[in-house]
Amino acid sequence: MSKKMHATPMLDQLESGPWPSFITGIKRLAKDNDMAVDLLGQLEHSYATRKGYWKGGTASVIGYGGGVIPRFSEVAEKFPESKEFHTIRIMPAPGMHYSSDILRKFCDIWEKHGSGLIALHGQTGDIMLQGCTTEKIQPCFDEFNELGFDMGGAGPSVRTGMSCVGHARCEHSCYDEGRAHREVLNTFIDDIHRPALPYKFKFKFSGCGNDCMNAVQRSDMAVIGTWRDDIQVDQAEVKNFVKAKGREYVIDNVVTRCPTQCLKLKADDTLEIDNRNCVRCMHCINVMTRALSPGKDRGVTILAGGKRTLKIGDLLGTMIVPFMKLETDEDFEKLVTLSRNLMEFWVENGLEHERCGEMIERIGLNNLIEGLGMEVDPNMVRHPRTNPYVRLDGWDDEIERLKQVKAG
Amino acid sequence: MSAQPRMPTESGTPDHFQYLHPVLKRNYGQWAWHERPRPGVLHHVSKTGDQVWTVRAGTQRQMDVYTIRKLCDIADKYADGYMRFTIRSNIEFMVTDENRVKPLIEALTKEGFPIGGTGNSVSMISHTQGWLHCDIPGTDASGVVKSLMDVLHDEYIREEMPNRVKITTSCCQINCGGQGDIAINVQHTKPPKINHDLVANLCERPSVVARCPVAAIRPALVNGKPSLEVDERKCICCGACYPPCPPMQINDPEHSKIAIWVGGKNSNARSKPSLHKLVAAGIPNNPPRWPEAAAVVKKILAVYKQDAHAWERMGEWVERIGWPRFFELTGLPFTKFHVDNWRGARASLNTSAHVRF
Repeated sequence: MSKKMHATPMLDQLESGPWPSFITGIKRLAKDNDMAVDLLGQLEHSYATRKGYWKGGTASVIGYGGGVIPRFSEVAEKFPESKEFHTIRIMPAPGMHYSSDILRKFCDIWEKHGSGLIALHGQTGDIMLQGCTTEKIQPCFDEFNELGFDMGGAGPSVRTGMSCVGHARCEHSCYDEGRAHREVLNTFIDDIHRPALPYKFKFKFSGCGNDCMNAVQRSDMAVIGTWRDDIQVDQAEVKNFVKAKGREYVIDNVVTRCPTQCLKLKADDTLEIDNRNCVRCMHCINVMTRALSPGKDRGVTILAGGKRTLKIGDLLGTMIVPFMKLETDEDFEKLVTLSRNLMEFWVENGLEHERCGEMIERIGLNNLIEGLGMEVDPNMVRHPRTNPYVRLDGWDDEIERLKQVKAG
Repeated sequence: MSAQPRMPTESGTPDHFQYLHPVLKRNYGQWAWHERPRPGVLHHVSKTGDQVWTVRAGTQRQMDVYTIRKLCDIADKYADGYMRFTIRSNIEFMVTDENRVKPLIEALTKEGFPIGGTGNSVSMISHTQGWLHCDIPGTDASGVVKSLMDVLHDEYIREEMPNRVKITTSCCQINCGGQGDIAINVQHTKPPKINHDLVANLCERPSVVARCPVAAIRPALVNGKPSLEVDERKCICCGACYPPCPPMQINDPEHSKIAIWVGGKNSNARSKPSLHKLVAAGIPNNPPRWPEAAAVVKKILAVYKQDAHAWERMGEWVERIGWPRFFELTGLPFTKFHVDNWRGARASLNTSAHVRF
């Protein structure tokens, strides 16, 4: 392998500067891989003409319908070695943890079958093996699969999930994110590998309201950790914090930053918290990491319908479950059942190419909640409706029904 | 007789415990508190008394196997052979002895991996595929991110911003990069150019018609061939028709521009999560270094750094000082294009007599 390098005057400019350079990395690959030589050639051509030159197509492995992103070059006559440059999506373990041993095995397999370029990680959370010929997809995937790794989702399917570091290394973690991630995602293995849904469906798991996985906007079902008892306060540590930072700092950066004015710094430098009005936003806990921590009665809040722009504009997910426990086997089963119910309702009611959030926008939240066999809750709205354009002739019956539901 | 094809083992998401650093495994769900001894380093203490120091470093995300092996060598030599990645492609190494932090930092620095991205820094820009691999991109995310991170390097290795800054990029208006304190996104400004000879064979016309957010596409016979036509007065140049119908070329070397948005936030800390808002557009898509986009980002960051209070995220800062002041301080022009006219737009209008002078 010693194909001559193309001249890449524009890409060469991306080799200077303090940030690690992907161009330097691809050039290193090009020393023993002709595919990388022509990849650089095509990329330089894109930079020079300000256009992309990949088109889709079909490529897969035996037994699966999705998981490979086919890429064929539109300028293959100039850059023949990278004419097929498919991506294979592989699902990482929750929290994206690796041993050097497993990463080295990835590298050895990928160097043998593909371009040697891996994105860690794609926006959906996949290990992205970028640059495989059609012929090599199967042997490459087989070796990854033998190592215990499975293909991620692509197309109208359940996509690879993401969860934060959580229980593994974070004191804010309100539930076992890794377990929830695996139990939910591994329920939908068939829907990951055989794309037959109205559109994509994503799950993300964040251990607290800081939402490090951006679940509220980036997932169709967001599972976010919370608690319903009181914030745990170590008053001795509060005093230490006040002593170190000063009362003014604590008032300006903790007390007045509370969105619901729940905090009071007492004259003796202890903290008083109005827990009934705390919305579990995490700010004070983020600032005073030693003195404050989430309560002990922990669980999750669930939101549905987050997505990016296409087609009706970016949507943040909206609350469908204010709180549920997530500790026992039965709790996790309930979470799996809820995810299955949400998915089934959407499969039944979503239009082609309509994300869950767009369906909710179209049919109204009431219909979703009713379809899931759940009850509406004032936590699901910012405020009640502001217009009278609704038929209320069912009011008395509804009040009666709610009474009976309450009575059990 | 040929061998039977190998059927996949549908193992799904793998078990994370097999790849956890032993101290993380031992203290799973037991962590008590943390602090940041310096930018790029986290110190976590467990209820069991165990401690772990995490060193975070930036990577180029699109990594060659040689870079990954280099990171593995560093993990083996300095960090017990384990590592993890953050959502923004930072790598994290964990050590159980404070004395092992310094040699680890030195090794990473020597190999060119910047240490930082923690706390109130500008962390690594979350990015998409771009010209390197996407089939519909208007720009190259990897190049934009590399260029921007070179310029923002000092803010990555320090924690001097009022609060954390999350920047995102997207190579088209689908916005795969997601919400950011600052989002640098391609914005097309001309309707698609249609190759009518190819539409009939390559596009499922009813689904393309259905894909348009403003119902501007309709089936048509062009030169005797079934094709599609676009009502250019209605077209918002979003590019939604291009993925299902590649002959409707939306990317244009001149007219696909960069727009910049601010105030996106996923976290619930203090204020509720919010979507980013348009602040600048018409910025040239100018490889290989995108200096015009970088200049706008730098300007916004400089004003934010100087004017925001501690713990205010970008959007919270603007909420406090008001949008007129934002445009005044950044010198960015406010135009008719900033006034929303999409569905729900009324919620973004000022329904009060509140004015700052």
